Amino acid sequence: MVRFGKFLKGFYVALMGIFLYAPILTLIVLSFNASKSRAKWSGFTFKWYAALFENEAILQSLWNTIIIALVSSLVATLIGTMASIAMNRMKKLPRQVMMGITNIPMLNADIVTGISLMLLFIMTDFAPGFTSVLLAHITFNIPYVILSVLPKLKQTDRNVFEAAQDLGATPISAFMKVVLPDIFPGILSGFLLAFTMSLDDFVITHFTKGAGVDTISTKVYTELRKGIKPEMYALSTLMFAAVLILLVLINRRRATHEQTVNH
Amino acid sequence: MSDKLIDLINISKSYDGQVVLDEMDLYIRDNEFLTLLGPSGCGKTTTLRIIGGFETPDTGKVIFQGKDITNLPPNQRDLNTVFQKYALFTHMTVEENIAFGLRIKKKSRQYIKDKIDYALKLVNLDGYGKRSVDSLSGGQQQRIAIARAIVNEPKLLLLDEPLGALDLKLRQDMQYELIRLKNELGITFIYVTHDQEEALTMSDTIVVMNQGYIQQIGSPEAIYNEPKNAFVADFIGESNIIDGIMIEDKLVRILGAKFPCVDTGFGTNRPVDVVIRPEDVELVAPEAGTIAGTVTSLIFKGVHYEMDVMANGYEWLVHSTKMFPVGEAVGIHVDPFNIQIMNKPESEDEEAVTIDE
Ligand SMILES: Nc1ncnc2c1ncn2[C@@H]1O[C@H](COP(=O)(O)OP(=O)(O)OP(=O)(O)O)[C@@H](O)[C@H]1O
Ligand SMILES: [Mg+2]
Repeated sequence: MVRFGKFLKGFYVALMGIFLYAPILTLIVLSFNASKSRAKWSGFTFKWYAALFENEAILQSLWNTIIIALVSSLVATLIGTMASIAMNRMKKLPRQVMMGITNIPMLNADIVTGISLMLLFIMTDFAPGFTSVLLAHITFNIPYVILSVLPKLKQTDRNVFEAAQDLGATPISAFMKVVLPDIFPGILSGFLLAFTMSLDDFVITHFTKGAGVDTISTKVYTELRKGIKPEMYALSTLMFAAVLILLVLINRRRATHEQTVNH
Repeated sequence: MSDKLIDLINISKSYDGQVVLDEMDLYIRDNEFLTLLGPSGCGKTTTLRIIGGFETPDTGKVIFQGKDITNLPPNQRDLNTVFQKYALFTHMTVEENIAFGLRIKKKSRQYIKDKIDYALKLVNLDGYGKRSVDSLSGGQQQRIAIARAIVNEPKLLLLDEPLGALDLKLRQDMQYELIRLKNELGITFIYVTHDQEEALTMSDTIVVMNQGYIQQIGSPEAIYNEPKNAFVADFIGESNIIDGIMIEDKLVRILGAKFPCVDTGFGTNRPVDVVIRPEDVELVAPEAGTIAGTVTSLIFKGVHYEMDVMANGYEWLVHSTKMFPVGEAVGIHVDPFNIQIMNKPESEDEEAVTIDE
């Protein structure tokens, strides 16, 4: 009986794994397939990866992706951290209201956020392009930062900030010297999370980008609509790997951090 | 001992319309150990925070060495605070914590090093400089918080229930060490506690507070032996607080019996509160006492026996080294000198009203 239960458990986990990872695995395998065929394996190759790095348009989109992810997550980290500090000082009710408002872009379906941003840009005659995508990414990244920073701020004893001032530090230097080091792990997690979300985004980018501007995900989408392009499998594989590595990094940070907190 | 180091004049503070401090006047002399004592929420921390510069009073002034510092930010005040929860900088070592204030004041490396060594010796934590703050016990962290404050050589040290988180033994050790520190350094201490025993052992002056009002200011002896009202009497130690009528000078009626006392000036036939400490109640033979009653409970407390005696409808708390078993008929005698007469508050509200010095 116990054995059967164990088997069932294993079977279930395996099934979950297959459902979750089979598509990605297929993608990865195909990205190394020598022929363009999606049906048959004709040998291992790196040529699609090589082709990828010779394609100007793809390199441009890769560049866009990285710049947008980096700049948007940096700006979002700055705004989100400042917002967290302000929210931490608020009374309970206003804070909860603020929290609700900032969470909307995160909880909303991407398509709703994407379309609303698109409409906003059209309404305000804001030419869609690189800047509009950047603004959109900053918008949806801010809540992730707040979500990581605010709990750290709440943990930080208010007296620590006051103790620094008591010992002669100005409010700004007190913040820099004792509060910032305390909440820095949260800020870093927030930044990494925002960066990942930005890398990962397709829908919102799709609705807010102009004609000439592409990130990797929108590039893959347009290319695949034109026909079979194994380079795109390679590109998707790379993106998957990048996001996976980032997420593992974030989780490891969280885990080691929780350890130091609960030591 | 006569200079006023700090003078609080007419300080009021409310939060969201709720009055926390009401027109408080208080001064602290140079080199005094002054304790703010009172129940939770009575405004002790708020008073300290106003002195420290973390809150601005709604009305009134804070005068420090003759200068109005009411609006001076905390970092420009020549005083330091030891916070209730230590508030150590956890990402720094013990040394870095202690050096924090000195580095801001741009002291020389050698000066800082000497100060750290000196402070660590002073709090009996020699050799702990390189340790991380997290690796210390509560009592050690507490001592680091004190060391961090005193290396700055403040004129005034504010301590907010600094021993609150420690166990009894450690508390007593630290009480002793704090007094030693104070005598060694000659710093003025304002100390907050809600532990009356701690206040009685450590202070030169005790300020008893309730609901934002000062109830009584005085030496530990004065506060204990001559509480000004029922609140102070009740808060400081255990007491029998009984309704009485002041028949005339030096004679009070309690529970239907006439007790001679030493107080005068209350008028005739005035209702008063009568305070009698449990150790001042003498149990004698039934016919020898002023009133007679029966022992209803008996607990051995080590130094003395604690007994309840029901007499004329009031349960008297009695501490005595002599033991009277439960059920025994006894007489109650109180030395006139040990009967403390207090004016009754006019109404419930006035129970909290200031009694002018
Ligand atoms: N920032 C604040 N906002 C609102 N109310 C406050 C604030 N700080 C203090 N209070 C209120 O003021 C009153 C006095 O608080 P305070 O901290 O001075 O009490 P305390 O005597 O130090 O009590 P305890 O012994 O519990 O530390 C309490 O009722 C408290 O709820
Ligand atoms: Mg307090």
